[in-house]
Amino acid sequence: MNQTPALHIEDLTVAFDSRPALWDVDLVVPEGVLMAVVGPNGAGKTTLVRAALDLIPRAAGSVRIFGESVARARGLTGYVPQRSSVDWDFPTTVQDVVMMGLYGRLGWLRRPGAAERLRTRQALEQIGIADLATRQISQLSGGQQQRTFLARALVQDARVYFMDEPFAAVDAITERAIVTLLQELRARGRTVVVVHHDLQSVPDYFDQVTLLNVEVIASGPTAEVYSEDNLRRTFGGRVAGIARLTEEALP
Amino acid sequence: MSLAGGRNWRTVAVLLALSLAVIPLSLALGNIRVDYTLVTVAAGGAVLGIVCGVLGSFAVLRQQSLLGDALSHAALPGVALAFLLAGRELGWLLLGAGIASWLGVLLINSLVRRTRLKQDAAMGVVLTAFFALGITLLTYIQSRNDASQAGLDQFIFGQAAAIRRQDVVLISAVGLAAFLVLIALWKEFKLITFDPAFAQANGFPLRLLDVTLSTLIVIAIVLGLQLAGVVLMVGLLIAPAVAARQWTRQLDQMLALAGIFGGLAGAGGAIFSGLQQGLPTGPLIIVVAVAIVALSISLAPERGLLWRAWRQRRDRQRFAAQQVLQDIHRHATQHRDPRYPAPGGMLVALRGTLARPALRQLQREGLLQAGADDDWTLSERGLERAREAARNQLLWERYRQFGEELGLPSVTVDTQQPIDRLLPATALTRLETLD
Ligand SMILES: Nc1ncnc2c1ncn2[C@@H]1O[C@H](COP(=O)(O)OP(=O)(O)OP(=O)(O)O)[C@@H](O)[C@H]1O
Ligand SMILES: [Mg+2]
Repeated sequence: MNQTPALHIEDLTVAFDSRPALWDVDLVVPEGVLMAVVGPNGAGKTTLVRAALDLIPRAAGSVRIFGESVARARGLTGYVPQRSSVDWDFPTTVQDVVMMGLYGRLGWLRRPGAAERLRTRQALEQIGIADLATRQISQLSGGQQQRTFLARALVQDARVYFMDEPFAAVDAITERAIVTLLQELRARGRTVVVVHHDLQSVPDYFDQVTLLNVEVIASGPTAEVYSEDNLRRTFGGRVAGIARLTEEALP
Repeated sequence: MSLAGGRNWRTVAVLLALSLAVIPLSLALGNIRVDYTLVTVAAGGAVLGIVCGVLGSFAVLRQQSLLGDALSHAALPGVALAFLLAGRELGWLLLGAGIASWLGVLLINSLVRRTRLKQDAAMGVVLTAFFALGITLLTYIQSRNDASQAGLDQFIFGQAAAIRRQDVVLISAVGLAAFLVLIALWKEFKLITFDPAFAQANGFPLRLLDVTLSTLIVIAIVLGLQLAGVVLMVGLLIAPAVAARQWTRQLDQMLALAGIFGGLAGAGGAIFSGLQQGLPTGPLIIVVAVAIVALSISLAPERGLLWRAWRQRRDRQRFAAQQVLQDIHRHATQHRDPRYPAPGGMLVALRGTLARPALRQLQREGLLQAGADDDWTLSERGLERAREAARNQLLWERYRQFGEELGLPSVTVDTQQPIDRLLPATALTRLETLD
């Protein structure tokens, strides 16, 4: 049990306009778990994901991925940004977007070829949108956009994935498809960190959970840390029915 | 790759052919004498237009259209200073323009980063400041009454007539170099334009790529200044891309089309301004470019306004025809005779005014036979078609209800599509044998 963790964050502080969005965050995500990151709006969940991937400057602290610096672990990480972070009117097709997940591996000057097209095809099929392959991305529904991003992450073939609200505004069928995908990834030993909003489903879907509100309130196995008390401390008692929620979920 | 891709490349080819045809046609119609100067000017305009159109596409997609405007205005003091230092030599003037433009970008970026100014405000400040400085310098230069200064003010509104053969060569060489960079970094540029954070997360040096792409855009602007002028330069950068966007759903096709449209606008504007002494080129280029935009917005397939209206009408008629066919089939089934005629009045009552044209269309297609008394009977093929549609409807209905349960592959439910085409045969059998 002294494996290198998939993600190891120490003393991480991130500030915007000298206001901290994350304060002294310590976080360890062991390999092979599905972890939810939960917290109110503006708690710094997106910021945590972006800092873990070194997309924004840190004021303090360090991030290690499988013991390596983020820059050296680029080939090991996969990323599903918040859906609203891109312009969906960009002139391109679903299969093109999915193929972008392979650009990092291709390296400079090389173009996607038959192997990349095959890999793209497989990911589209696995996520259940093979019929949308040549669809213009501006013609996708929200759930289809989300699946496109997931397929793109899938072809990255990463060891640790960061997903920012993949369940936001998707219907029940898509939600189930995403959960199935998460479980498949775990079965293959992959680690997934998911920013999640639905408090109800946390115990069903995730092995571990991090409760975040600028600081880490609690982090660890869901059964241990997903308690009424911790939720209250994270959301400041503003969430109606927290008690009921955790009673139902935990025996 | 796909059918859609193939059709769109055909569109690109057709538009290219049309654009190539427009120029000799307008020369003939306008009774314009083709001479050496005209050819040089047209070639210069075309090359500049192509470079600006292609690179301008990235400015449009990165939502940096206004930045292009700020950059071209910022170039003016560079032109004037270069003239004061090195005299009237295009290479130096362009270098001066490029440096001034670059200083403009840096200034805008640092204003946004260090102050609370938003980008549009920062651009406004820098644009006006640089432009004012440029005008002041130009006025000073003109007051010196130096013969060689003649035509320096062409940089404000553009003057194609001043383009010489060696200018065209220079512009072509620089443009070609820019294209080579673009081709080499194609997938990187595409990625940072669509999703910069994802590019960074995959280890691409976002800053460096960003700077490279911006540099290419600055190069396009600087090359185009002499032709289009600093005031209207942004039009040559933006308009071809906006027009091209209407015709295609692929980035490579968009760039190709923007190049074609830019070339047409550049050459067209240059030729028209060559017709008469002192006619400024910039405004004429914009006239041609805007005409192309207007045509594209109204005519382009899928996005064009006319096209959309036409398709809506066609769809309404097609749906009505389908429904009327089903109505007749249902009516016949109720009477246990597939050839039982349906009265036209009943169909109109059911489907409204669209029923009559639908009946006529179905009759033309040989799916219906008209009886003596406004009676309508299904033909052999009509019956087949109606049964097929009813089966399709039923299978989709079952798929919607039981697809999950049966573990069938997930596809988007679209009852207008034949389900056979979207689901594998085994899945269809399971749906058909359900009960
Ligand atoms: N680029 C930025 N510039 C300035 N402030 C920012 C920036 N990004 C985030 N913030 C601030 O940092 C805090 C945390 O933001 P973050 O996006 O990480 O929250 P979140 O937990 O993801 O919220 P949500 O649930 O709404 O997605 C917020 O107060 C936000 O206003
Ligand atoms: Mg967020």
